[in-house]
Amino acid sequence: MAEARNSIAAPMGMAGSNPRADMLTHIILVLGVLLFALPIWIVLMGSTHDAGTIGRGDVPLLPGAEAAANYSAVWSQGNKQRAGVPVSTMMFNSAIMALLITFGKIAISIISAYAVAFFSFPGRMLFFWAIFITLMLPVEVRIFPTFQVVSDLGLVNTYAGLIVPLIASATATLLFRQFFLTIPDELVEAAKMDGAGPIRFFKDVVLPLSATNIAALFVILFVYGWNQYLWPLLVTTSSDVETIMIGIVKMLGSQGDTEWHLVMATTVLALLPPVAIVILMQRWFVKGLVETEK
Amino acid sequence: MQRKAIFNNKLLPYLLLAPQLAITLVFFFWPAGEAVWYSFIRQDAFGISTQFVWFENFTDLFADPLYHQVIINTLIFSLAVTVLAMGLALGLAVLADRHIRGKDGYRTLLIWPYAVAPAIAAILYIFLFHPDIGLIGRALKAAGVAWDYMLNGNQAMLVVVLAAAWKQVSYNFLFFLAGLQSIPRSVLEAASIDGASPLHRFRTVIFPLLSPTTFFLLVINITYAFFDTFGIIDALTKGGPGNATQTLIYRAYIDGRVNLDLGSSSAQSVVLMIAVMALTLVQFRFIERKVHY
Amino acid sequence: MAELKLSGIVKNFGAVRVLHGIDLVVQDGEMIVIVGASGCGKSTLLRIVAGLERSTGGTVLIDDRDVTALEPAARDIAMVFQNYALYPHMRVFDNMAYGLRIRGLAKDDIKRRVGEAAELLGLSALLDRRPKELSGGQRQRVAMGRAIVREPKLFLFDEPLSNLDAKLRVAMRAEIKRLQRRLGVTSLFVTHDQVEAMTLGDRLVVMHEGCAAQIASPMEIFERPADTYVAGFIGSPSMNFLPATITEDAKAAALSDGNIIALPPGQYATRPGQKVTLGIRPEHISLPGPLRLTTDLIEPLGSECVVHGKLAAGETMALRLPGAPPSAAVLDIAPRTQHLHVFDAETGKRLPPHS
Repeated sequence: MAEARNSIAAPMGMAGSNPRADMLTHIILVLGVLLFALPIWIVLMGSTHDAGTIGRGDVPLLPGAEAAANYSAVWSQGNKQRAGVPVSTMMFNSAIMALLITFGKIAISIISAYAVAFFSFPGRMLFFWAIFITLMLPVEVRIFPTFQVVSDLGLVNTYAGLIVPLIASATATLLFRQFFLTIPDELVEAAKMDGAGPIRFFKDVVLPLSATNIAALFVILFVYGWNQYLWPLLVTTSSDVETIMIGIVKMLGSQGDTEWHLVMATTVLALLPPVAIVILMQRWFVKGLVETEK
Repeated sequence: MQRKAIFNNKLLPYLLLAPQLAITLVFFFWPAGEAVWYSFIRQDAFGISTQFVWFENFTDLFADPLYHQVIINTLIFSLAVTVLAMGLALGLAVLADRHIRGKDGYRTLLIWPYAVAPAIAAILYIFLFHPDIGLIGRALKAAGVAWDYMLNGNQAMLVVVLAAAWKQVSYNFLFFLAGLQSIPRSVLEAASIDGASPLHRFRTVIFPLLSPTTFFLLVINITYAFFDTFGIIDALTKGGPGNATQTLIYRAYIDGRVNLDLGSSSAQSVVLMIAVMALTLVQFRFIERKVHY
Repeated sequence: MAELKLSGIVKNFGAVRVLHGIDLVVQDGEMIVIVGASGCGKSTLLRIVAGLERSTGGTVLIDDRDVTALEPAARDIAMVFQNYALYPHMRVFDNMAYGLRIRGLAKDDIKRRVGEAAELLGLSALLDRRPKELSGGQRQRVAMGRAIVREPKLFLFDEPLSNLDAKLRVAMRAEIKRLQRRLGVTSLFVTHDQVEAMTLGDRLVVMHEGCAAQIASPMEIFERPADTYVAGFIGSPSMNFLPATITEDAKAAALSDGNIIALPPGQYATRPGQKVTLGIRPEHISLPGPLRLTTDLIEPLGSECVVHGKLAAGETMALRLPGAPPSAAVLDIAPRTQHLHVFDAETGKRLPPHS
């Protein structure tokens, strides 16, 4: 019996019982990590060299000397050739967009979920399904008519036009509702006894209890907001409202004259905020992601 | 699906729901309705007069061989990305699930690609595969391969598939890991005592128990491939060369924005809408059954 | 402190009538225990008094004030829940202070009241802890503290001891009784446990299928149960019931096997030939006697034993005998006449006294 469990390459076996399998596991996992890290490494290294090195095709694997020059160049001036916007501006726009989308979505969804979960009123289920259906309509699908509406409202090229259409999707609402359904009835009744009305109850009890969910959603929504591409592409027409995603793709231009080293530096900068948030808030994020989609 | 203990206010719930409903109405239902409406009309070249043409936009669409190509592209692309992203993720998750040292470290290091935007993933892959400045691209050329994905359709498809899959692996990895960790140890131990080989155990015990996760991820991955990959295609190939990497969503965008063909673009949007609804319906039909609120 | 008056409380859930018109007057400072099996409507009644459910009909008066239409917070009552219902993210102090804060009490007042209640309940050292750091008994005490600080007109207890283990339950039971005596607050206590009911209540309300079968003091209920349900519910092991028919002279009853049992004279108004159910508690049976019991199962309890067996005609009986278990397989028993209960066979109600 012991022989069967100690067979070679037992990926499901009890670890420690088979050092060879463990070693193999480590090797493969490390390879996996490197696989993911490789593109980033290249970009990181490349961003510290000058235009010539990259243009020539010597893809560097070690840091060069131009880090300060490149980063400060893109930060303050962007891609000069294309009358570019400074990366600092674009990062700022992205940050505003991502943060406003995140807070907006959380705020709107949590109160909607509260209404649906804690009250009984005519049309409740109808409204719930109406919100639920929006899950089936990602922005890419209704893109042009939505643009039309935004344009008609005069919101093209504004923060409002950038943010508001993305704020009302259903995932956050569903997550909160699911969570609210697990709050024990007795807790609500005790609060009623204590004299708390619905708004007080929301502020004093529901909100604190939702903290973990809110943290998880913060990560998910910030990444979502920061990484938006198609919608900002349509809605921003002047470069000062451009987000970093759009800016980067614009930098690519035609193949001949792209300033690759600057693109690399910008890429690294664009990656920092979302990756930092994911790694720092990892635990809530993992919990939230697995809960949301299920 | 309603709680027992609720509040009695009559006006408050409507006030609370108002923001979300208002935005949903204005930015979801109204545009979706318009998309459906526009899919039934055709504008003349100058955009002056419009004509109600019933399903002509749709029939034209499905009769167009280029559209067929786009459909095939999308299917190939989605299939390849899904299989690659899920397969790799499953393998990594199985390994990361073992009780080895540094388990949590591996998890952190494998999760962060989730944060990478599709557009950025594309750029990263440019730096890998570009014939002139990409690490692997140059290596391939040096080895004698005629590598230029800006000219070769198949190579272009390969590169976008790799870029799209790369990004999605960490998402799948998370879910597979969670799914594996929810399999009771006792079941695995029983199987191993029964003398089953690891591969056999995987096939007959673990994989079936993972099937809800697998099915759920299948739907998510296909949806991702259909929609979220727009940025990748726009950054890497712009649908080219020719229309080798044009997917349904990309084509709808081009027709709407560049070709300014409102009717056709709307019809394509409607087709996509139906595809998404079918996918979501499938997901909730088969998966939500197992979830209790 | 206040008087509680329930008049004609009726409750329907959809088409199902759950309470059939309950009338109850609770005196100031009294502890009323509402007891019954699951589904009898006792929790519903409590919740109607609390304001968590709206009655379909009838009125609730607290100190002559009609609160029937009022929200819980406006009734000046406090409730202790079965699952404690503590706010998990607040410290013990804040859990107890929450209701007072909402009512706008001054900080010093709040501190004083919470301090006093904590002292009373032995919680003073735990004020900074979170509920998840407390044991079941401690949590229950915090729940009570929350009710006490409110200094309400009425205390409501919804099966608060059901989630505690047996030993803790006995200890908490005594504490609740002492507390209620000391504070003198009018209280309603719901439980399904008849021992809790008997020990805690000044008076009991025995609920059966939405009706108050009997409202009386514990001893009254034990000695003069109003019907077979109440008789069988209170007392363990439960009362023995024997179907019988009143004899010609209306002074005795005949069992199915022909044995005649004399009725306590002058206590019941009987008619010859009336079909009745005789009731006798296991502890009120003595040896020797005319009835032949074949023993079936003997449970030795140390100071006494419980004997289960069957009579000649097949009726099962249980007896409680002092001392060691009898060795014989057959016992001759007799019910003690003065403890015999007579109920109408059809309605189950106790026969009225001899006029």
